[in-house]
Amino acid sequence: MNIVKQKLAAFSFATIEEKGKTITVTVPKENLYETAKMLRDMEGTPFDFLIDIIGMDYGDEGLGVIYNLCCTHFPAYLIALKTSTPDRENPMLYSVHDLWRSAGLYEREVHDFFGIKFINNPDMRRLFLRSDWKGYPLRKDYDADPAINPVPLENELIENMETVPSITLKMGQPVESTRKLFGEEEYIVNFGPQHPAMHGVLHLRASLDGEIVKKIDPNFGYIHRGIEKMSEAYTYPQILHLADRLDYLSGTINRHAICLCCEKALELEVPMRAHYIRTIFDELTRIASHLLGWGCTAMDMGSITAFVYGMRDREKIMDIFEETAGGRLMVNYNVIGGVAQDIHPNFQNRVKEFIKYMRKMLKEHHILFTGNPIMRDRMDGVGYLSKEAAISVGATGPSGRASGWSCDARKIEPYAAYRQVEFKEMLRQDGLTFDRYVIRLDEIEESLKIIEQLIDNIPDGPYAAKTKAIIRLPEGEFFQRVENARGEFDVYINSKGDKSPYRIKFRSPCMTLVNALQETAIESKVADLIMIGASLDYVIPCIDR
Amino acid sequence: MKYEDFKENEYLEEYVDELRRNGVNIFVGKLDDLINWGRSNSVWPLTFATSCCGIEFMCLGAARYDFARFGWEVTRNSPRQADVVFVCGTIVHKMAPVLKRLYDQMAEPKYVMAFGSCAISGGPFKSSYHTVMGVDQVIPVDVYIPGCPPRPDAMIYGMMQLARKIKVQEFFKLPKQPLVVRHCEECNDEANQSGLLHSVHNDGTEKGGKQ
Amino acid sequence: MFDFAIVTSWIDQFLRSFLSAGWTLFVEFVLIGLVILALYAVLALLLIYVERKVCAFFQCRIGPNRVGPWGVLQSVADMVKILLKELINIKRVDPFLFKAAMFLVIIASICTFGALPFARGLQTIDFNIGVFYLLAVSSLGVVGILLAGWSSNNKYTMIGAMRSGAQLISYELSAGLSLMAIVVLSGSMQLSEIVNQQAEMWFIFKGHIPAFIAFVIYLIAGHAETNRGPFDLPEAESELTAGYHTEYSGIQFGFFYLAEYLNMFIVAAIATTMFLGGWMPLHIPGWEGFNQVMDFIPSVIWFFGKAFLCVFLALWVRWSFPRLRIDQLLNLEWKVLMPISLINILLMALLVL
Repeated sequence: MNIVKQKLAAFSFATIEEKGKTITVTVPKENLYETAKMLRDMEGTPFDFLIDIIGMDYGDEGLGVIYNLCCTHFPAYLIALKTSTPDRENPMLYSVHDLWRSAGLYEREVHDFFGIKFINNPDMRRLFLRSDWKGYPLRKDYDADPAINPVPLENELIENMETVPSITLKMGQPVESTRKLFGEEEYIVNFGPQHPAMHGVLHLRASLDGEIVKKIDPNFGYIHRGIEKMSEAYTYPQILHLADRLDYLSGTINRHAICLCCEKALELEVPMRAHYIRTIFDELTRIASHLLGWGCTAMDMGSITAFVYGMRDREKIMDIFEETAGGRLMVNYNVIGGVAQDIHPNFQNRVKEFIKYMRKMLKEHHILFTGNPIMRDRMDGVGYLSKEAAISVGATGPSGRASGWSCDARKIEPYAAYRQVEFKEMLRQDGLTFDRYVIRLDEIEESLKIIEQLIDNIPDGPYAAKTKAIIRLPEGEFFQRVENARGEFDVYINSKGDKSPYRIKFRSPCMTLVNALQETAIESKVADLIMIGASLDYVIPCIDR
Repeated sequence: MKYEDFKENEYLEEYVDELRRNGVNIFVGKLDDLINWGRSNSVWPLTFATSCCGIEFMCLGAARYDFARFGWEVTRNSPRQADVVFVCGTIVHKMAPVLKRLYDQMAEPKYVMAFGSCAISGGPFKSSYHTVMGVDQVIPVDVYIPGCPPRPDAMIYGMMQLARKIKVQEFFKLPKQPLVVRHCEECNDEANQSGLLHSVHNDGTEKGGKQ
Repeated sequence: MFDFAIVTSWIDQFLRSFLSAGWTLFVEFVLIGLVILALYAVLALLLIYVERKVCAFFQCRIGPNRVGPWGVLQSVADMVKILLKELINIKRVDPFLFKAAMFLVIIASICTFGALPFARGLQTIDFNIGVFYLLAVSSLGVVGILLAGWSSNNKYTMIGAMRSGAQLISYELSAGLSLMAIVVLSGSMQLSEIVNQQAEMWFIFKGHIPAFIAFVIYLIAGHAETNRGPFDLPEAESELTAGYHTEYSGIQFGFFYLAEYLNMFIVAAIATTMFLGGWMPLHIPGWEGFNQVMDFIPSVIWFFGKAFLCVFLALWVRWSFPRLRIDQLLNLEWKVLMPISLINILLMALLVL
């Protein structure tokens, strides 16, 4: 990391701060692209993984953007590249979409929320909100009066969805231009928002040539609930409940992330017992999520029986959750400082029973579906995602690991009880639909091993640390990475010392997966498009937040 | 659950009895019964889920809860062929017109169930700028099932309530709706069971409003 | 074994006793039409119920059990509902073709009923080109599906219909060729003749390996023609929402739904007639006692028993396998099934010679 600091020191305009494993670099907006390019192409330690772009409203100091960068060779070290513009009326920054492919959607998100326009980004439509939405909701001066933006009763015009504005520099002056996304002759089919295979309300507009997909345009926002804005008015314990509802299939893990982030900020010592219980819950959630993912993959392929079998096994986990925590899908179990209540006396026995049962069922699942020749034909040789592309679009989690990218946050920066257990990070090299499918079943196996190591060794002691009645985080920025069932889920909290955050940002692992869909599904058949989508296993409310 | 034990809203059935007493043609009445029997036992849901509650809807279709027992497992993907739309999950501004269009595309008779607190009132996202505060602002709702998300059992219960509600409909008297208003609106008389306006109100004024 | 010809000829004579020949014929036509329609409806309801129950058992569920005892009235309730459901008039469809499509589909499947020998003496028309007629009529349905997809003016239905067209026309070939193997074996196209020849031994045993191969190919191809199971691309739910019938509502959709199940039965019935001896009981040469016991079971039961066995096979496949992709589907037909059935006919011819 010293080399990085030396290189950065060569830039006289940059201010550098170091805190733990994170280097914060602040640059003026004119030098942003230059710095980003340098970091991206740095020899030996190329910062090739753009974790997230966080838009910020600094109030009177204007609007800003934070780029969280990571080098895949040394994934534990982060660079937070900051820039800001004082212009609130017509803020403009340079786009980095040509350095990282994931930046395209992230910049659209920042544009949507803060109104910052990115010069050279070819697609500057709003990402979540309709094009006729007035105002930029995450700005601090946003007027949330429902009279300004009433509930619309007419669909958004296709024209508005297809007209893509962009800003380019001509003779040093920014020029706005628009273009049409699809030609007149193209045969465009809508998949979604209400479509059985879209795993929620993703809206894909696909241009087809017969059965071949030529172009895909994903539209989001059909479940955008504005969780980040709401969180700015909520206290930290309240935010936990919203986190469950982001990616509801790994709700426990998301909640864990916020708890960890708050505990980090409060420098709270969490009892070991809580860490163990949280880890077991995380892994159970991961198994439940992968089972559902497995089932949905099967269902998208028309094999409903496999889906029902997956759900049947998932119910066993739901039973365990229900007994201890009281909830089925929304477990609401993690709290800041530990867990909400102690485990049920039956908990350990039931988990052990479940491990035995699940091992048996995994074999059955492999026989029923993995070994099926039709299924192998459908999945083998389809939907290739190379390692470089996976890193560039930021497809973390099982999807990235199926392409050979070691990106498990549990290994990179072990949290909770992951230091105490031995487990393998599942890696496959081929990056095909089949690998993405099989790696999930392998991860179930691995999760069972983790639980097996923990379940008998839960230490005695309190299940939660004592916290104050009103939790106020100290002033500063806090960042926590955890591995959720779909990839890296990160929480960024910017606190001003209040009982609610100044800005909270969740990194959605699913948004980058949709990026990967765009990357892989072109020139494949419609049926393969559905299969690739199923194998990436995105959850839309996680994208839309 | 036995049918006899299921008595939280037997007032619906009391309506039917009352209507029968008030002189329904025996033939028409029996035919009505047959039609309502068919309709209430064959409610095909549309696969529509926006978020969390959709997972519980999937659980409902799977082995443990198995809504096929009631004959509801024929989930149709085309709104033209579905009878009921479960609004599973939050409806936001961008989704509202889509939901409305889906509802419009369905063939009569069609029913709506608001599943989960988001669909009922906005739920945990009440204070958001982009959430619709309850689907009843967009489409009419027949049954509300509270919970976040509701358990599949709750959903089965809600479906049974819907089935009961369907049994009150009268095929040959459309478009009169089931008696929702139980009092005379103009003089606020709760005792008026017929649901119509009084021709002469309790306070003596004539139909057409108080001066 | 009871011969249904006794009943039919008695009705014929009874009518002739007080009506002229022309009127008798007319009344008989009407009667037969009614019986076939009733059979059609009852069979469809039964098949839908059976499918839902069987599917539930495959999936560790219970299946319909609330409406009527064991849920047997479930499909009746569905029928009542669907009959009274609103028919939506859709703008920008081709109104005539849109409404005609489902009738084409349903007429195609009803027509096949006319030629099926359900029991001894229970066959409406005994063509001398019965096999040819069955093939011709059952492939009419594709026209209906194509029209439905095209006239709906919807992109999903269009893709579904095109898939369906490609699929049905391809699989029609191997279905026909595998039936030809039996025609070669029996030397006749008349269904009654084919069934009678199987009195001693069913063709699937008589024809040795080629007949068995033909049977398997026919089951696969026939299954593909019904648009079900791993071959349900025209209505692939996860891709095309509801495929070619996306825009149909109420009973218009109900007709497609019925035809789908009936086609499944028809495929099973043809397989029964051609390979499994039709209504002929199971006879094993040499076992006289056994053969006589088998003769006591009525021919109707034999026919429907065998047909439902084939239906069960179809359901089993339907609920176990994932869906094929369109190119794999066509590869399977043109690169695997077709060559095999051609060689199979050759083998059969050699066997007969």
